[in-house]
Amino acid sequence: MTRPSALSRRTLLKTASALPLTLAAPSVLRAAGEPLKVGVYGGYFQDSFDSFVYPEFTKATGIEIESIAVPTGEAWLIQLQQAARAKRAPADVSMMATVSIMRGMRTGLWATLDEAAMPNVSNILPTLINRYDDGGLAAVGAVSWYITVATNTDSFPEPIGSWAELWEPKYADSLGLLALVSNSYLLEITAKTFFGGTDYLSSDETIREVLGKVAELKPNTRLWYRDEAQFEQALKSGEIPIGQYYHDVTGLAAADGFPVRSNFPKEGGLRESGNWAVAGVSEKIEEAQVFIDYMSQPSVQAMLARNLGTAPNVARESMDLTDEEFAAVSSEIAPVIPRYDLHFERTDWLNQIWAEMLQA
Amino acid sequence: MIQSRPRTPLGYLPILLPAFALIAFYIVPFGSMVGMSFFHNLGGGAYEQVFTLENYARLVSPFFLSVLGTSFEVAFLVALFAIVIGFPFTYLLVNARRGTQVFWLIVMLSVLSLSEAIIGFAWSTLLSRTAGIGVLFEALGLTEKAQSYAPSLGAVLAGVTYIAMPYAVLLLYPILSRIEPDIEQASRTLGASPLRAFFNVIVPMHRTPIVVSFVMIFVFTLGSYLLPQILGRPTNWTLSVVISDQALLQSNMPFAAALSIFLMTVTILLVLLVTLINRKGAKA
Repeated sequence: MTRPSALSRRTLLKTASALPLTLAAPSVLRAAGEPLKVGVYGGYFQDSFDSFVYPEFTKATGIEIESIAVPTGEAWLIQLQQAARAKRAPADVSMMATVSIMRGMRTGLWATLDEAAMPNVSNILPTLINRYDDGGLAAVGAVSWYITVATNTDSFPEPIGSWAELWEPKYADSLGLLALVSNSYLLEITAKTFFGGTDYLSSDETIREVLGKVAELKPNTRLWYRDEAQFEQALKSGEIPIGQYYHDVTGLAAADGFPVRSNFPKEGGLRESGNWAVAGVSEKIEEAQVFIDYMSQPSVQAMLARNLGTAPNVARESMDLTDEEFAAVSSEIAPVIPRYDLHFERTDWLNQIWAEMLQA
Repeated sequence: MIQSRPRTPLGYLPILLPAFALIAFYIVPFGSMVGMSFFHNLGGGAYEQVFTLENYARLVSPFFLSVLGTSFEVAFLVALFAIVIGFPFTYLLVNARRGTQVFWLIVMLSVLSLSEAIIGFAWSTLLSRTAGIGVLFEALGLTEKAQSYAPSLGAVLAGVTYIAMPYAVLLLYPILSRIEPDIEQASRTLGASPLRAFFNVIVPMHRTPIVVSFVMIFVFTLGSYLLPQILGRPTNWTLSVVISDQALLQSNMPFAAALSIFLMTVTILLVLLVTLINRKGAKA
């Protein structure tokens, strides 16, 4: 069986999210015996959760689950917010991008979770925990994935050791890079590689300085892609032999026999995460906490790594993953973490200076 | 055409349905877009329903004007290519045998049934270094080493012209099929070569349909946003690409709406200008 590429889980849903589904779900009678509604990205993610996660969870806890397909992007956040005003929860627990978690926190959309009821949450890496200003727990890291340097090994047999190599003149007109400031995270990668870390992105001046360094990639970049399938195909054929891409998908392509390799640079791969959050209007907060606690167990995180190809959100020692299994989804090198705060607070400005840099 | 007013109010009944459809499916959505363009964006798809001009203030910048310039450049060149290729093609087509005509019209129509994404991927493969004409040119000795021709402005123009061609042919076909064969015969009798008859008689005769078709393809092409993304470099991304990014990826509906209205207004002004010039030219 070939696993569907990340295209199905990310790009298809981007398209689906174009349709703001404002149709109100019929308000249903809330009965005690109702299942817990859990929303994850539709397509590959939902299919995998339906087959690997939910049945085991129900077996372990006796709590039934109703699987909800959630669009990526921000359409789901809008739906949850609209539903919350009508005191409805289209899903009790949702997997959300970090910036969406932050937007929801601003309006108090998420329930404050009880940490005492979820002892396993202490396993989750501290950077993947989101708290309200008063310290209340709003969201817990669900799954992560990496963006690394992908290369076609027919064109470049030697591994790539650093993000800095992408700037080298020998790669003139050869790179494929993600087209947006909010999905390429090239500001963060560049800050970590050349400016000592992502903390350098602290003021308009320093952000523009880093952006200037990103602009130096333009002569090397053939394709600025929005559509993952377009780059993946070009990478496999060698048409565009090097670029940034998803570590797990590159690994799967290599396993299928394509001449490609994912290279973890010494500055670290870029690590992106999805998070669990519970709608404040949900009447199943206790069951939701049981679910999040269950998902935070090292054994479940290891199972996700094996079956979904996601990077675990718990310390490596706590899991029984072999070296090979771990390397397939993650790395011991400290990752580059997106500056979600910046993407949240300065969305329009970042997008504007990025577009001006790229299209100038 | 018979034109008479209905004698009783009941006589207006048949236009009620189209009038309703026009209001419900065109004026109301358009009005809500106009309204949206004056709202304040809160991020994440949320907006505040207050009156603000900030979205329009933001788009008045050298950056958006240059992106608008890119849109017009692409649309102008595509309309030009589509007419330059489409007009002679259609002229030959209307003079061809019935079977040939049907065959080519079906080919043209089937192009319309293809998804833009598929057309984009097909052209990017066709223009690639590893599997496309790059390989062919190398084998023929035209280039020393196989090259890639996409992404580039040329690739965008090729892809969008491919989509625009059927429209050009379908717009011109009914007009050209009404040409009296006597006209060309008369010019031939007077000593004109077939080429000269075509350029000095047939083309000037159809000045207005050519201008109208050009304008329609121009406007149609301005909305193209997928092919410039797939086949173009960032400098070839049109205003429609920016609008779709704002609406779908940045979830900034007010700004996307303002950009759309900006694009539409400039387009209408341009079309009016062309129509005026054409009318003056036709009179002169």
